[in-house]
Amino acid sequence: MKYIGVSHKRLEDRLLLTGRGRFVADLSAPRQLHMRLVRSSVAFGRIKSIDTSEARRLPGVVAIWTFDDIREIPPIDIRLSKVGGLEQYRQTVLARDYVRYVGDPVAAVFAESAYLAEDAAELVVCAIEDLPACMSALSEPGDFMPATLPGASTEAAVLTKAYGDLEAAYAKAHTVVELEVAVGRHTAVPLETRGALAEFDPASGILTMQGAAKVPHYNRDQVARMLDMPNDMVHLIQGHVGGGFGVRGELYPEDVLVCQAALRLKRPVKWVEDRHEHLLAANHSRDQVHRLRAAVDERGYILALEDDIYADQGGYIRTHGVTVADLAAAMLPGPYVVPAYRATAHVRLTNKTPAGTYRSPGRYESTFARERLMDAIARKLGRDPIEVRRVNLIPKASMPFDRGVDTLGTRVVYDSGDYALLLEKLLDYLRYDQLKAELVARRAAGEKVGLGLAFFVEKSGLGPADKAVISIDADGMVEVVTGAASVGQGIETVMAQICAETLDVPMERIRVVHGRTDRIDYGMGAFASRVTVMTGCAVKAAAEGLRDKLMASPADARSDTALSAEGWFRADHMNYPYGIHAAVVRVDEDTCGIKVERYIVACDIGRAVNPMLVEGQFAGGAVQGIGGALYEEFVYDETGQPLATTFADYLMPTAAEVPTIEMLVTEDAPSPQNPLGVKGAGEGGINAAGAAIAAALDEALGQPGAVTRLPVTPLRLHRLLARGA
Amino acid sequence: MNAKTAITLTVNGRRYDIAVEPRRNLADALREDCGLTGTHVGCEHGVCGACTVLVDGKPVRACLMFAVQARGKAIRTVEGLATAGKSGEELHPLQQAFWEHHGLQCGFCTPGFLMLAAGVLEADPDISDEEMRHVLSSNLCRCTGYQNIVKAVRAAAAQMKLK
Repeated sequence: MKYIGVSHKRLEDRLLLTGRGRFVADLSAPRQLHMRLVRSSVAFGRIKSIDTSEARRLPGVVAIWTFDDIREIPPIDIRLSKVGGLEQYRQTVLARDYVRYVGDPVAAVFAESAYLAEDAAELVVCAIEDLPACMSALSEPGDFMPATLPGASTEAAVLTKAYGDLEAAYAKAHTVVELEVAVGRHTAVPLETRGALAEFDPASGILTMQGAAKVPHYNRDQVARMLDMPNDMVHLIQGHVGGGFGVRGELYPEDVLVCQAALRLKRPVKWVEDRHEHLLAANHSRDQVHRLRAAVDERGYILALEDDIYADQGGYIRTHGVTVADLAAAMLPGPYVVPAYRATAHVRLTNKTPAGTYRSPGRYESTFARERLMDAIARKLGRDPIEVRRVNLIPKASMPFDRGVDTLGTRVVYDSGDYALLLEKLLDYLRYDQLKAELVARRAAGEKVGLGLAFFVEKSGLGPADKAVISIDADGMVEVVTGAASVGQGIETVMAQICAETLDVPMERIRVVHGRTDRIDYGMGAFASRVTVMTGCAVKAAAEGLRDKLMASPADARSDTALSAEGWFRADHMNYPYGIHAAVVRVDEDTCGIKVERYIVACDIGRAVNPMLVEGQFAGGAVQGIGGALYEEFVYDETGQPLATTFADYLMPTAAEVPTIEMLVTEDAPSPQNPLGVKGAGEGGINAAGAAIAAALDEALGQPGAVTRLPVTPLRLHRLLARGA
Repeated sequence: MNAKTAITLTVNGRRYDIAVEPRRNLADALREDCGLTGTHVGCEHGVCGACTVLVDGKPVRACLMFAVQARGKAIRTVEGLATAGKSGEELHPLQQAFWEHHGLQCGFCTPGFLMLAAGVLEADPDISDEEMRHVLSSNLCRCTGYQNIVKAVRAAAAQMKLK
């Protein structure tokens, strides 16, 4: 039977639909304590004293820790994109000497109930000497912790990616186009807040933390190292996970604290953050300024491209190191040839919540920058924006295409793609000329309506390797054990489909294990749109191994024994999905409201294992992207106080704001790098949303190039309307 | 402040005798005291709707209601939607439609959407698509982009009318 390519219903859903899910907050252990953090209420300051005496007197409070109580725990290490000199900027699990953002954990309270722990946390008094906060990556770098780390500048790193002869390109340029654009500070906001339940079992000597996500194996190794335990005596386990999008599942201070507390207080310790804390304490993302400069010929063909990027990294360098800025710099050229290039990314620390990755990190920003630039080039030359893009697209014949830069430890080599073909397919789908004519007519009738288009290249399938073990028992039940993690994307279903296709057993007989460090010794988890590619191919390899064993052994010999096989998949290079977003928007001049009338995601992912799930990824991504383009932003006052700390201020799209997302999913460019031909589908839905909405707004406003900053909030739109009047 | 009050909650037709502080919200009481963890807490300030339950037939944010206020009222949660059928558990048309139409990804917001839609469809089976989309905008989902939720609720509404 055929399983791959079929929109099979999800194996995950029955439990989730009937209220039998097991999210971390649903778990409890006998005699558990509850942790609550005391967080800094100032953006930057030196800690003078922390008075916990009154809080300690509250009945039911078991312990209160400050940095002095856990000073032997090293700072949280950098998981990705470590460049030299970053170590000094890492975050300790409780603030040491200084606080660097509102929300910085300064003390941890452990009490008999969650309500009590919160009461006690309110009674902890922190005396902090305020220092002037730095609230912009465009400000001159200052001191990170002046007295503790003299000389440590808040410019943590400057990255450069370059190739080709820029000077020669400028010398023969027809004209030069310059542009400054900015993307606001966003975060992923999974609907489930973070949480953990840690328990130490003296009988086995094993420390177990439930509530893991994303990268359980890596985090297991880190927790073990930080708490000085052998790796195999620490287990990280995930249950159901209420969304990830890059933010959940990184190793945060709270994870380490609950583990240490379980060891030291000899009772299980549970922590579930509230939403206010989540918005202050979980990673933020985006918040980049791009200063672009392009040398072009008469047709708009880019001869050289330069970008100075200013990335607001927030208070500390967390697990992602300089990943987001690095990806922005590496992926900026996108689908265009760009023979000469230089990007310089300034990674600067400020006094905001530390930043990390959020779905399509660095690409949401750089696609916005690049596609705004393409529109600016077209405008300056008086040419059609689509024509200018066509002239620059990398031709199919040039694939595989060496981009000339590295990121995440690998060379960026586009594996496959027919960019021009997808553009033609999208224009056909849109009935582009007819749609343009309709919009012209509507504008002539007084409506402020416009169409915008933006191209992108994504990346997926980050290596280096993944492992799967498949076994079949005497009853014919199949168990697939993976080192992947689920963040709600449907991996059980997809892995079961891949296994079923190879073994030819019904999906209902397959159980998929993920997110358990006690079941498999190797796992890379779920990030960078890697699971379907990497884990999927490992599952295929293991299933093939098992099939061969089954064929080799006579039926009567295997009737009462279990058989198993192990499979690996290794990849030195990522692969590169690509696509185009198109948006039709209407502006209401009186209310400064923006209506997204139509939104189309065209994307080629090589091969869709489950088209229904792929479309689900694109729809969800597009709506998050629309949120970032129009509504979502962490705003601060000049002293560093965050002004968006509830859902009343950090505004996300609801069903009323978004149209039905139209989808054009193609399979014209399977990846030659893996046996399934698949590429990741997690991030193509969001990548170009900011860019497409901006272009549509320009046209609606009749002001080409008007939108240079996201999100386009009503206030910003009001200014643009006033300027146009 | 910490003194507990003995109360009885009626949830999905079953009585729960519990003792709660007056400040305990209904969501926490359902989850911690009644053991019904299907009702999820997503924001604790009444915006996301993940904790939506039906109180006397009306959708209510369980994080914005004290448990003591729910005394004597009929509470329904996601655990009460499916019924015991001839061949095991029989899903409610809404649950079935969410499954068929991929109306959930991580599933965290799902109980809230199911209870919201159940309350609305029971009160107004003929609600228009436009009104239903407006009602569904009461709750937040971060995974699906809403369209399969809207699709699923529409399909379930048609199914429920047939029954």
